[in-house]
Amino acid sequence: MKLHFCLSLLLLFNCLWSQKIEVGPNKAVKTIKKAIEIAKSGDTIIVDKGVYREGNIIIDKKLILQGKNLPILDGQQKYEVVSIKADSVVFSGFKVINSGFASLNDPCGIKIYNKTGVIVKDNFLENNFFGIYVQKGTNCIVKNNIIKAYQKEEQRIGNGIHCWKSENMQIIGNKISGHRDGIYFEFVSNSVIWRNISKANIRYGLHFMFSNDDAYIGNVFKNNGAGVAVMFTKNVKMFNNYFEENWGDAAYGLLLKEISDSYIIGNKFIRNTSGIYMEGTSRVKLEKNIFKDNGWGMKVQASCMDNVISFNNFLSNTFDISTNGSLVLNHFNNNYWDKYEGYDLNHDGIGDVPFHPLSLFAVITENNPSAMLLFRSFMITLLDKSEKILPSITPDNFVDESPEMKSLVL
Amino acid sequence: MNRIIKIVLLDILKNKIIVSYALILALLSWGSFMLEDNTAKGLLTILNVILFTVPLVSILFSTIYIYNSSEFIELLLSQPIKRKKIWISLFAGLSIAMFLAFFLGAGIPLLLNAPGMAGLMMLLSGSLISIVFVSLAFLSCILTRDKAKGIGLAILFWMYFAILFDALVLFLLFQFAEYPIEEAMVGITASSPIDLARIQILLHLDQSAMMGYTGAIFKDFFGTAIGLLVSFLLLVLWIVVPFLISIRKFDRKDL
Repeated sequence: MKLHFCLSLLLLFNCLWSQKIEVGPNKAVKTIKKAIEIAKSGDTIIVDKGVYREGNIIIDKKLILQGKNLPILDGQQKYEVVSIKADSVVFSGFKVINSGFASLNDPCGIKIYNKTGVIVKDNFLENNFFGIYVQKGTNCIVKNNIIKAYQKEEQRIGNGIHCWKSENMQIIGNKISGHRDGIYFEFVSNSVIWRNISKANIRYGLHFMFSNDDAYIGNVFKNNGAGVAVMFTKNVKMFNNYFEENWGDAAYGLLLKEISDSYIIGNKFIRNTSGIYMEGTSRVKLEKNIFKDNGWGMKVQASCMDNVISFNNFLSNTFDISTNGSLVLNHFNNNYWDKYEGYDLNHDGIGDVPFHPLSLFAVITENNPSAMLLFRSFMITLLDKSEKILPSITPDNFVDESPEMKSLVL
Repeated sequence: MNRIIKIVLLDILKNKIIVSYALILALLSWGSFMLEDNTAKGLLTILNVILFTVPLVSILFSTIYIYNSSEFIELLLSQPIKRKKIWISLFAGLSIAMFLAFFLGAGIPLLLNAPGMAGLMMLLSGSLISIVFVSLAFLSCILTRDKAKGIGLAILFWMYFAILFDALVLFLLFQFAEYPIEEAMVGITASSPIDLARIQILLHLDQSAMMGYTGAIFKDFFGTAIGLLVSFLLLVLWIVVPFLISIRKFDRKDL
């Protein structure tokens, strides 16, 4: 109670002492730099509509910067536009464009340096090298920003939202397109990526490495050069995301490499060349996902173990499952496979005959990709059918013992 | 010429075999669309029909029909009509009949149930495949006078293109797996009309898978407007070339 009182008092004082500084072409203060210079910690700076070409704007006090009608901060392709070097800065409502390009110090639209509690929201970023870069941030929020870039070459462009060595981050409701990676996480823990739309990026929609204990929920990853990659991480939760139209030989809806103890639940994988590609992945629970119209629903490499794949819908994929070896240490149960041709005599909704999701031809194309040319020819269908009855090339323990008869309602 | 086509066409339609062929196709197509819960599976059933049944019926029926109408052909030859004209009319009559049967049987359910590119492509390639095998039937008829031999030859043609060819390609693929043979494979498929049709349909049916590495090579070739044109031109060549050979032989043949 005492603490509470103290806090409210503090807040009151804060309100009393903080002041508003207005910046604009017609205001007393003409430049943002000047406003930051005269402001005290805790002040609010309101920036009017206009174009501000001030080079690198460094925010080194605890300030609230608010743009009115999207004032434009132009980096003239020479500078980092906004550098946030103070705790608890709120930066919102700006249009940040044309940051410089350099591969040594990565100039950004907005960069947060080793700070806590910074909020960057409702901004529009266009044509920057990196969009929003958080370096060693904690408790920062990046919310409702629109980030766009138009570069075609992977080497000439940075990531949309880039977080490095950060903690407790919230990346919410951003729309990112045209960058190298839409969202990039490296050494970021206890963070959440929620309801972002990351599409048409040159490489990955989301690139995720060494980032434990994170969750990403309800995001849309669409039409990215190589889909989404999650690597070298444990305890990741991926819920209700959409992975769509990631097309190409090395493009995967979701690439899992060296992932363990994670949950992939309620996601939709639609029209990808490969829905999920997993390698060196263990103890992952895949549940209630929908795999639809993919070339390969899942590519489960032999290096994966103890993954449980259950209650998923596999619908009109060219191949539901493919693998590269004969070792199977994963468990499939209670999935719905639209290629299942078994029967259910006791009407409990579970097929009486086990289903072998791995087709002979999936194995053949894995070893010899050119064989794809022969797909759906009568000869291949014949071979496939006989393999289904008497498995000889495909591992016979690659099996769903209790396939669902009807598609699950997900 | 039109007169002869009309006579041939009416004769074939009176035959009732072609009518029942159309009915069976219709039953299969409607059945597969109604029974399966997604159109993709219905399309697959029809794909198998196109790649398997349509060529067989086309080539066998046409071969037998030509042999059976040898007396009619002889009668026509005694009239002041050019030989070429007779042969072309016969071909046109049979082709139209086969096309009509396929269109009425499989085409209409295709157009109604799967009105996308995949369905359209199937209709087009199915029709072309029908005519290709009519043309091959003309070739096998003219190559030998003996009916049993001719029909045997027709069956061999069908077996080669529908089954053996793919087995051979599969064998080659494994023998030369170490080499970059993707482009060569594109060329090899051109030597089978069924494969040409199958790949065109595949590009639309399994679009996502075809975006993979090797698939992309096929897509880069067959999937472009030029590739599409080339593969349909090749199919037309498969109609024209066997028929031209047969017409040359028929022109010079001592009947």
